[in-house]
Amino acid sequence: MKLLFSIFVSILISFNSFAAGEAEKPMKVDWSFNGFFGKFDRAQLQRGYQVYKEVCASCHSMKYLSYRNLGETGGPEFSDAEVKAIAAGFTVKDGPNEDGEMFERAGLPKDKFISPYPNEKAARAVNGGAYPPDMSVLVKARSGGANYIYSILMGYENPPSNMKIEEGVYYNKYMAGNKIRMSAPLSDGSVEYSDGTKATVSQMSQDVTAFLTWAAEPHLEKRKRIGFKTILYLLIFSVLIFFSMKKIWSRVESKV
Amino acid sequence: MSEENNNKDKPTRREFIHIATTTVGAVGAGCVALPLVTQMNPDASVKALAKVEVDISKINKGNEVTVMWRGKPIFIRRRTDEEVMKARQVSLKELKDPQKDEDRVKKGKDEWLVMVGVCTHLGCVPLKQQGEYGGWFCPCHGSHYDISGRIRKGPAPVNMEVPNYEFVSDTKLVIG
Amino acid sequence: MSDTNYKPTSAFGRWFDERLPLLTLFNGHLMQYPTPKNLNYWWTFGGILTFCLVTQIITGIVLAMHYTAHADLAFSSVEHIMRDVNYGWLIRYIHANGASMFFLAVYIHIFRALFYGSYKSPREVIWILGILIYLLMMAAAFMGYVLPWGQMSFWGATVITNLFSAIPLVGESITQWLWGGFSVDNPTLTRFFSLHYLIPFLILGLVILHIWALHVPGNNNPVGIDLKKDGSDTVPFHPYIVIKDLFALVIFMIVFAGFVFYAPNILGHSDNYIQADPLVTPAHIVPEWYLLPFYAILRSVPDKLGGVILMFSAILILAALPWLDTSKVRSAVFRPIYKQFFWILVIDVLVLGYIGAMPAEGMYVAIGRVATVYYFAHFLIILPILGFTEKTKPIPASIADPIFTGSGNPAFAKKIDKDLQ
Repeated sequence: MKLLFSIFVSILISFNSFAAGEAEKPMKVDWSFNGFFGKFDRAQLQRGYQVYKEVCASCHSMKYLSYRNLGETGGPEFSDAEVKAIAAGFTVKDGPNEDGEMFERAGLPKDKFISPYPNEKAARAVNGGAYPPDMSVLVKARSGGANYIYSILMGYENPPSNMKIEEGVYYNKYMAGNKIRMSAPLSDGSVEYSDGTKATVSQMSQDVTAFLTWAAEPHLEKRKRIGFKTILYLLIFSVLIFFSMKKIWSRVESKV
Repeated sequence: MSEENNNKDKPTRREFIHIATTTVGAVGAGCVALPLVTQMNPDASVKALAKVEVDISKINKGNEVTVMWRGKPIFIRRRTDEEVMKARQVSLKELKDPQKDEDRVKKGKDEWLVMVGVCTHLGCVPLKQQGEYGGWFCPCHGSHYDISGRIRKGPAPVNMEVPNYEFVSDTKLVIG
Repeated sequence: MSDTNYKPTSAFGRWFDERLPLLTLFNGHLMQYPTPKNLNYWWTFGGILTFCLVTQIITGIVLAMHYTAHADLAFSSVEHIMRDVNYGWLIRYIHANGASMFFLAVYIHIFRALFYGSYKSPREVIWILGILIYLLMMAAAFMGYVLPWGQMSFWGATVITNLFSAIPLVGESITQWLWGGFSVDNPTLTRFFSLHYLIPFLILGLVILHIWALHVPGNNNPVGIDLKKDGSDTVPFHPYIVIKDLFALVIFMIVFAGFVFYAPNILGHSDNYIQADPLVTPAHIVPEWYLLPFYAILRSVPDKLGGVILMFSAILILAALPWLDTSKVRSAVFRPIYKQFFWILVIDVLVLGYIGAMPAEGMYVAIGRVATVYYFAHFLIILPILGFTEKTKPIPASIADPIFTGSGNPAFAKKIDKDLQ
């Protein structure tokens, strides 16, 4: 009986995985922040923020970021005035005031990014049961990181003819199971870049992925900088210790 | 030969390589200490809260409000004309920490006294309109402050601190 | 072992030492302590492990200053550390990768002891103290992994605490007692935080005992024979061993820094950057790499209780090792057959680790079972028999000149010498 059951289950599993289809491996992108001396491209991060704000932010929150972060070193490095203007563009619920009432005010740099929904339940209700994940650490929360996020954005295609796609679900060749609840978010010209960069889907995907990578790891540049110095220091130190050691041990070895 | 061997047997710290190694090691240890110490300094989110905006339109003469700034109470008192007069009649010689009332307020806004409501003795919050000088009185160790927030009697060494602030409009005050 | 003639140089030192002989203690155990002069670099991992423990304690104390042990706030307080706290990201990455480095070093340390027979008489107590330390390390690492309150934290905690529900009759009560509720939740998190803070200090205490017990018979050495009584085989700990340990430590730190600065999340799991959700289990739950071999043993048994018992036995069997290994010869250098079985065991444990990371299906289960059986066979069958049947190589009379003893065959002696390097 048990055997029969397990056979049944294993058939079910193999059948399922056959039907679901294999996700393709993410594309490899030569990011500016890769490698030992990797740095973010400021203009790219600024463009990426624009894509996030104009496209992603209508569904995805970034609740661990504050507007002040946009001006901090190692990030998009908007000027103080720009950060203030960006923050002021949002309405923040604050309070209670002296009368005990909540009130609305213009955003300040210290405020956290405004979330599109008041809570997860509200988000699910609007999005047909799916919860658009918070994007603050999204790049670190997906194996494959930036390459994976970029690939998902680029992976929308028409489904193969033998695949049945339900209502509200979309085909994406990089998604596990090839099915994603988010419709293709970008199309050519979704945003208009002020620096004249052509807003192709690939360009916007790269820009927003770079922005999300910075958001997930805001101290990446500093980390790599300190890391290089640390390892250089340790190498020098190890050479010195090595010669110190040889000198000390020569007292013993000469006698052996 | 034998003498050289003797020297070799005795561990000596004077050799250049050992001095270099020790020095480089000490520098490294110092660099490690840096993050371990600075992590206790105010962090980025705390620094970002360093400014507070206050609406002062609803404060009448003779009234006082207390707001929070950097985790401390800020006393904002709109003094009556008599109080201002009283504060200015005091001779500097009577004061433990001589300071003119004019120097403790903004020019043209003489009625507004804005100060950190923390006793300069050991950090308690003084009570308003108490004490022998009609100002504040700290219940912890009995320091008396006058209506300008200056120390008059008791163990506190200096006047209550006036923070950085400015009037951005007639009804708005920004502290920090 | 300590130099009884020792007198502190300064007057204050002498005054203090007469009242509390702390300086004499340090001098005896950290300066004069006679150490075999033929120790190789595999022996430097004791010092490296001390460094790891101290690093974890210091960075852990710092993190506890900024962390909030509450189910609603833990995840965001970790993000606060990563974003806002001055150098918070650095300290957390050192702590998180430090756990992996700690285990890497402890595994090398354990396998060194296995290879050179360091667990044998008269060092059984050192060995058993070491196993206790290892057990506490696993407990500390497991609880520490729960604290960020990510998906892997939550589900790892759920799976591991559920192991105890396999105990007959009282299992259910024990798990509820561990949880402080009916599932892993806030009470679980707060008690794990408390214990995670406590355990390192217990480890520190055991480490002191471990070193104390070591300093009674003195170090084993690559030749595995007892040292000559006249002290001609030894060098004082300081400066000889100190500088050598330091050199190895700095090399180790380069590897450590490589992870911290250039691949800080590679040893972790990406799912742990998703906040814990009691309604959704991640597709593959895997423990941290250093627990994978035991996880594989657990899963190789189709019975719940059996798997748990076998997993704990896999660790506890090590405590009996000094008596299971019947050979009188310590070092594998002189045990040609044991040496081969040693390497097979290393491969076996690596295989178990690989199986632990794979889904429990198909071939993986079968391979896992074979590897599990072999693991136990190594300790329960191979070692006891090998002690009686193995023809060991001739053992030198002294560590100083293995070349001039034994068979008298220079080529053979040269080979032994090479093995000892």
